[in-house]
Amino acid sequence: MHVIQQNGSSRSEARLFNTILLVAICLTLAPVLRLFVEGVTYQGSPSFVLVRDVLAQPSTLSALKHSMITAGFGTLVSLVLGAAFAFLVALTDLRAKAALVFCLMIPMMIPPQITALSWTQIMGPSSVLLKTLGIAPPLGAPQPLYSPQGIIFLLGIQHMSIVFLTLRAGLRSIPQDVVEAARISGAKGLRTWWQVVMPLTLPSLAAGTAITFVTALGNFGIPAMLGIPAGYATLPTLVYQKLAGMGTTVLAEVSVLAMLIGAVAVAGILLQRLCQSRQKLHLVGSTSRPLALPLGAARLPVEIALWSVVVAILVLPMFGLMATSLVPAYGVTLRFDTVTLASWYEVLFRQPVTSRAFANSFGLAAGASVTLVMICLPLAWLMERRKTRLARLFDSLLDLPYALPGVVLSIAMILLLINLPFTEATLYGTIWIIFLAYLARFFAVMFRPVQASLKQFDPSMDEAAQSVGASLYRRLRDVIFPLSAPAAAAGAILVFLTAFNELTVSALLWSSGTETLGVVIFNLDDSGETGMASALAMTIVFVVVVLMALIQLLSGRLPKGVVPWQT
Amino acid sequence: MADIDLFSVGKTFTGTPALQDITTRFDDGEFVALLGPSGCGKTTLLRILAGFEEPSSGRIRIGTREMANAETGAHIAPENRNIGFVFQSYALWPHMSVRRNVSYPLEIRRLSKSAIATQTDAALASTGLEDYADRMPSDLSGGQRQRVALARCLVSDPCAVLLDEPLANLDVALRASMQGVFTDFHKRTGATMIYVTHDQAEAMAMADRIAVMDQGRIQQFDTPQILYERPKNRFVAEFVGRGTVVPVQEFKHAGDAHLARIFGTEVAVQSAQQEVQVSHVCLRPENLTISENGDLRSKVARVTYMGGKYLLETVTDCGARLFAETRARFDVGAQLGLTITTPWAFLED
Repeated sequence: MHVIQQNGSSRSEARLFNTILLVAICLTLAPVLRLFVEGVTYQGSPSFVLVRDVLAQPSTLSALKHSMITAGFGTLVSLVLGAAFAFLVALTDLRAKAALVFCLMIPMMIPPQITALSWTQIMGPSSVLLKTLGIAPPLGAPQPLYSPQGIIFLLGIQHMSIVFLTLRAGLRSIPQDVVEAARISGAKGLRTWWQVVMPLTLPSLAAGTAITFVTALGNFGIPAMLGIPAGYATLPTLVYQKLAGMGTTVLAEVSVLAMLIGAVAVAGILLQRLCQSRQKLHLVGSTSRPLALPLGAARLPVEIALWSVVVAILVLPMFGLMATSLVPAYGVTLRFDTVTLASWYEVLFRQPVTSRAFANSFGLAAGASVTLVMICLPLAWLMERRKTRLARLFDSLLDLPYALPGVVLSIAMILLLINLPFTEATLYGTIWIIFLAYLARFFAVMFRPVQASLKQFDPSMDEAAQSVGASLYRRLRDVIFPLSAPAAAAGAILVFLTAFNELTVSALLWSSGTETLGVVIFNLDDSGETGMASALAMTIVFVVVVLMALIQLLSGRLPKGVVPWQT
Repeated sequence: MADIDLFSVGKTFTGTPALQDITTRFDDGEFVALLGPSGCGKTTLLRILAGFEEPSSGRIRIGTREMANAETGAHIAPENRNIGFVFQSYALWPHMSVRRNVSYPLEIRRLSKSAIATQTDAALASTGLEDYADRMPSDLSGGQRQRVALARCLVSDPCAVLLDEPLANLDVALRASMQGVFTDFHKRTGATMIYVTHDQAEAMAMADRIAVMDQGRIQQFDTPQILYERPKNRFVAEFVGRGTVVPVQEFKHAGDAHLARIFGTEVAVQSAQQEVQVSHVCLRPENLTISENGDLRSKVARVTYMGGKYLLETVTDCGARLFAETRARFDVGAQLGLTITTPWAFLED
């Protein structure tokens, strides 16, 4: 009965659609295109000279090797941890699943540089926590995390939530009757799991692995905090070091490096898309009730084991961070007489750079959220109604700026905005370049939840308003916006959350006066102010958890698929 | 209030025709039902009238305004047509109270606050919703929601009300009482109403005229009585009422009477005056009487108790399935004789 609506909508709708789509394409796809052009031109003409030169440098090759090793093994760690949790949470009758899932999401939401900082605080000779407990290694012993293994381990923990989420979503889409049919046929316990559940979840497992690899590859915070002290450069840190050391003169060179990361990332994304399209075949049958295979006597031990892991990867590092932030100087033992809030006071109230960064990050994150709501809401709605070719193409490409590593996007943004067309002006060095980069990067984060909610939107809601005479603007304001507001709010909080403590993009785009919080923590730690870095990091963790709790509270009113940890 | 005129309206979806060459007129103040099996194009026709779809060919006029014209590409947007639309899913806005749902069309027309209040109250009162004005749609039952949808489309005094299977989601008892609500409403307001349904009982009960649709065309557009008693073709005869269409072997005029040979027996038939030839007759239960010595020998294949009477599905010796009604009970397999009395005959092309 309800056919795809191509006609019957007013001309003003077509105009609005074209305008917004154009803006969205300029924001998200233009930088990527600009980067590509830069890499394949040399002195104004198309050429691969630059590509050949850069690829021939030994530093490129070793960074590429390091990137592949850390991202590859890091993904393996994520896979083991994330898959174990996903299978147990999605298939069995564990208690307090919601709390467990919430806690597992926190590592993904905490920025990587803070993860790295917190872990260095519970290891190594000058760890305040270890000193206080009296089990610190002797002075002069190496910090074990300043090594490839350290990077791999932390990348694994940071991204286990991705594997966990994709696999859990896949497991949830397995119809319950499939498993029940296996049990009624006599298959028991692990046999059901191995012969029925596993084959059905392989596509989502593969998709999760691919996207984890891409994310790990683009991670900047962890290899920067751990790898730079160890002299172990990955591709993103190599780009950072070159650009920080030599400025924009090496722009062409680093754009080739960025394309190299981008190429590996795109391969990963394509693999993930392929896996996910295969998964659709399995979506038949009732999935109303989640599976709950009884664990029996093993339930309590399993629960204890899972929560211990959560404590180890989440609570312990936070204690380390807390301990470091509470001592007067790095390396001092934490005792009742040495506890001081000096670092907190200094970093939060005295340092002008912190308040500036707070203002910057808050303004950027809030501005990006609001702007993206304004763009994504009408766009998602119009794209549902007008499935033009261009719209479908855009739909399939709009994840690119988010999926591509942050450094790639930063370089692309610099190239695009360092000389504004037709003018002498430049946005490089201003806060606007960071703002535009955020819009591009977090476009998908905002767009996808809104799109998911509008897909479930009954088109007759809009038609009813149309039939009583409401104009396009009135319908957007009175019907579409209020009905998709929860999804838009969740998307906005997610954008805010990720933009607020983002480092990867702003690391290459900041300049004095436009520091973001991520940059400040990185710089504080870099300059040895570990106590202040820890205090600031704790503050951010607190903000993150509060915002996540807010989404959790909102989740009852949201359609499925909007809250990332509840899909 | 206005007449609705359609001139050879057609609609294709990606090459597949959904509507073909519809030319018809719905009179001012008429209650018209569009009846047909699913996929016959009735909802498409309704959505074209509302303006949600543009016709691929032909033009549409409501009153004196041309609403759509496929040749010139003119198309008045739904929001500018002043039409009421009642959706199968009710399409109440879940974030607005009942009162706000009903008053929203008036807000858009920028009426004064007091005018909005008076007209909203009147619309709520006429649908019996005064006590529910401050509830949210989610707190209402299906029938109440449908009444809110009706109140919402009345409040702005539309020139026609279009209803897309508005009772399909309601249970049987509620459906009957809502039919009363729609009929009363139509009587009181005199609004032109176009009502899409696949349920013939619903159409028969409410409509002044019924347009029976199949394969994108209007097969017959007449009053319920004429549709039932004088179907134009096989589709209408079989779709409306419980009818079996059987071929006529021979047809002749004997004075004023028309005689047709059916199953080897000559019976008097009725047909349209202009038909000089007929090819089929429509046999309904009332055309068949059961008698021991009936000409048409048949065997009972299924018995359905209809409350007070039985519906017999019988198979004649030559294999035709006929429906007969009886107060007496027969067993499956019983042999009986049927007599045919003045069935409706028509020419099938």
